Amino acid sequence: MPELMQFLMSGVTVGAVYALVALGFTIIYNASDVVNFAQGEFVMLGGMMTVFGYAAGLPLPVAALVAILATAAIGVALNKLAIEPARGAPVVSLIIITIGASIFIRGVSQVVFGKQLHRFPAFSGDAPIPVLGATILPQSLWVIAGALAIFVGLWLFFTRTLTGRAVLATANNRMAAQLVGINTRYVMSLSFALSAAIGALAGVLVTPITLVSYDIGISLALKGFAAAMLGGMGNPKGALAGGLLLGLMEALTAGYISSQYKDAAAFVVILGVLFFMPQGLFGTKTTERV
Amino acid sequence: MRLLTATALAGTLAIGLGLAGPAAADIRIGATLSETGPAAFLGDPEAKTLKMLVEEINAAGGVGGEKLELVLYDDGGDPNKARTFATRLIEDDEVVAIIGGTTTGTSMAIIPVVEDAEVPFISLAGAIEIIDPVRPFTFKTPHTDRMACAKIFEDMKERGFTRIGLISGSDGFGASMRKQCLDIVGDYGIEVVADETYGPTDADMTPQLTNIKGTAGIQAVLNPGFGQGPAIVTRNYSQIAVGLPFYQSHGVASDGFIQLAGEKEAEGIRLPGTALLVADLLAEDDPQKPVAVAYKTAYESATGTPASTFGGYAHDALRILVDALGRAGSAEPQAIRDAIEATSGFVGTTGVVTMSPEDHLGLDLSAFKMLEIRDGGWALVD
Amino acid sequence: MRLSTKAVTLLVLSLVIAVAPLFFPSTFYYRVGSLIFINGLAVTGLVILIGYAGQISLGHAGFFGIGAYACALAPAHLGLHPVLAAVLGAVLSGVVAYVVGKPILRLKGYYLAVASLGFGVLVAMVLANEAWLTGGPDGIAVADPGLRALLRGFGVDLSNAQFWYGFCGLVLVLGAWLALNLYHSPTGRALRALHGSEVAARTVGVDVARYKLNAFVISAVYASVAGSLLALQNRLVTPDMAGFMHSIEMVTMTVLGGAASVPGAILGAAILTALPQVLTVFQEYEQLMLGLVMMLVMIFMRQGLLPSLARLLRGRGG
Repeated sequence: MPELMQFLMSGVTVGAVYALVALGFTIIYNASDVVNFAQGEFVMLGGMMTVFGYAAGLPLPVAALVAILATAAIGVALNKLAIEPARGAPVVSLIIITIGASIFIRGVSQVVFGKQLHRFPAFSGDAPIPVLGATILPQSLWVIAGALAIFVGLWLFFTRTLTGRAVLATANNRMAAQLVGINTRYVMSLSFALSAAIGALAGVLVTPITLVSYDIGISLALKGFAAAMLGGMGNPKGALAGGLLLGLMEALTAGYISSQYKDAAAFVVILGVLFFMPQGLFGTKTTERV
Repeated sequence: MRLLTATALAGTLAIGLGLAGPAAADIRIGATLSETGPAAFLGDPEAKTLKMLVEEINAAGGVGGEKLELVLYDDGGDPNKARTFATRLIEDDEVVAIIGGTTTGTSMAIIPVVEDAEVPFISLAGAIEIIDPVRPFTFKTPHTDRMACAKIFEDMKERGFTRIGLISGSDGFGASMRKQCLDIVGDYGIEVVADETYGPTDADMTPQLTNIKGTAGIQAVLNPGFGQGPAIVTRNYSQIAVGLPFYQSHGVASDGFIQLAGEKEAEGIRLPGTALLVADLLAEDDPQKPVAVAYKTAYESATGTPASTFGGYAHDALRILVDALGRAGSAEPQAIRDAIEATSGFVGTTGVVTMSPEDHLGLDLSAFKMLEIRDGGWALVD
Repeated sequence: MRLSTKAVTLLVLSLVIAVAPLFFPSTFYYRVGSLIFINGLAVTGLVILIGYAGQISLGHAGFFGIGAYACALAPAHLGLHPVLAAVLGAVLSGVVAYVVGKPILRLKGYYLAVASLGFGVLVAMVLANEAWLTGGPDGIAVADPGLRALLRGFGVDLSNAQFWYGFCGLVLVLGAWLALNLYHSPTGRALRALHGSEVAARTVGVDVARYKLNAFVISAVYASVAGSLLALQNRLVTPDMAGFMHSIEMVTMTVLGGAASVPGAILGAAILTALPQVLTVFQEYEQLMLGLVMMLVMIFMRQGLLPSLARLLRGRGG
């Protein structure tokens, strides 16, 4: 029993990280139909800039805030310079552009931040907290809290605020949104800024656990993308569920079956889900205009 | 359309042509390292070391009056790229020797090229397959992973452990060392009763460690791996209070590891390391002391980061090469190769190297020191 | 006598391959050339899947890996000659593509992308983990196919790089010829139809599922043969041949040069293979230059390099 608890703790911790990345994917997809493969790099930038800010003497919360704002700005720049100019390009081209952007960001980070691993102290210490025979790190609680807070915040944003609904309208039909007076350019910038900020926040929360180096973005983007697809791309509920499920599957497979194939098990389950539910768990059925 | 294809293809090749380097009279040595990619942790200090040392040597007049020219490429840990760069170094840049192959995969890809072209190659990777079977033009400076296992098992045997657990990274380094350890563990009267793995980019290894902790009668745990994996494993180890003696591999032999894993969490960990990490603790009459201290000081002042054993491997490789160049009296690849093979009693940061036609590594277990992490620093276990 | 576009393309390709060695400043360029041809072969297959049929696959390196490892394992365990092993690899890839493709091709867009991604990751994982069979993450050596020795018997003595340059070039021209033939065949027309609109294609009687599967299988075989060629040339196979990054590279090459055009994709392969060699002058800045190039090309030449340049040269009236 205590083993199961430990596996669940591990799964929820890792799952919360994936959920945060997946939520970032969701926002940009909702606004522009683009899957931004540079999302993982936002996580890396959040962690990296906080590390360097903290090392330069800033108090940790200030360094984190600066990192999040800076990353949001980079997200807006990405939209303005790389995505907007390619408006209307085929899906494959957009994928290549965002992958190119992620390589570019990695390349710049490599030069500016170096290639070593970094860390900063956990927010409330490293003393493990016992829970039903297992232990969880305080930082993991921060990560889980962060994921839930972002999820609730996004849900409220998309359903209760005018701006949030403007974002959804823009995603649904850009022309119609413009016709009803929505400033679609502003909406796009906002979505990218928000998505980048969430990614950066994920990086800040997670670095005390997973460490950060210039190339952690790739595998995070991969897992986050898979989680978002599992839950149904475009749905924040799906991103949260997909992320947590992915993390839990990995932990349970590593614990009970084989640690070698834990990634494989996760992908097999994702493939299985997609065969029976081609829109993912919570995705909406789309109608295709012929 | 077709004219376009032709001009485009030809143009691409022409650009490459235009950037081909000019020939010079200096002694040209080549290097292909994994400065980026999953092994950047290893390749980056190696590259910095080579550049630093070449500058130092040239400032002191070069080798036999001739300057050294270093042609350095980054293969990103990709064996295919490593092979291409090795080919480029030999055929396009016309180097007389190659240092490189940060990982076993890249080294194994380079070997057929250097053996075919008969250019000496000093590898910086750990696996025993690189020099076993011995190939005429391939040498290496790091201890083999088999030796690391042997050193660890010796220590375990001394402490009376007979049942241990393994948790290995699934990357080349971790997998290779795990295989070597499983091969020889029986010779020390030890049994491996738990065998877990983790991916190099995984964020949490508590499931695997929970399984190890729950194995009956287990007395110690060994973690073959490098990079962020062992640091996270160490934190998890402390988090779930496994409470058993913990061994790491030489893959984490750097001050950076202690900082990443946490001083408290890393307390008491033992690992096989070279003299470089404990340079200041060595006896005054230890021949390795001056070499290790000199390199450590130079590296730390040049880069501002702590020295690591990986940089040490590159340091030894270049020093051995330069030493061979001096003894060979000529910059012909064959002569250099013969001189490298004749290296005897050479004092490096990794150990005292004596090569022979059957031994292209030249080190034995005595060069490996068993270290323990105490109070956030290194201590020798005697 | 007017030659068809297809004939001219093949002619130019063969000419460039045959004549280029005269301009090589060193024998190193044979190696670059053969790598370009191997990548070119793999992307020609992807043109059929992405360009003709309009599907996407982020896991095609998996088939590349199957072809490569077949050449390593079959001679060692089944005693097959390495060239026959390559054929076995191609057949195996085709079968795997059929089995995997049938279910996943029901998905569309990003869902298909993630499913194919999962496939590629699974293949790479099996190759890396089953060390008892595949040699683990460091890979295993491949036996000498003895083709150079064969040629030597005919009195032609070529270096390793020269031989593979010629051999890969030959296979590429063959592959390009087949792909170009496919374009104008009924299968090609069916693929292009379903690319335009699956619903419309179905309405006129095209068996959409079957043709998508065909495209998937054919492109898998191309990737497999390319993998076998690399394995035989390098005499070493490693699991990252089947890895995610390699899949991305393959898709990038295809799209960069022009996904719907075989010569375009080959150009993309040439550029992305030669680019890292050229970018080494930038040292530290190589990665960011690569990312920059990728972005700029896709933003300003969204149909791919070749079609955009062609449109430019043909003039605005075209």
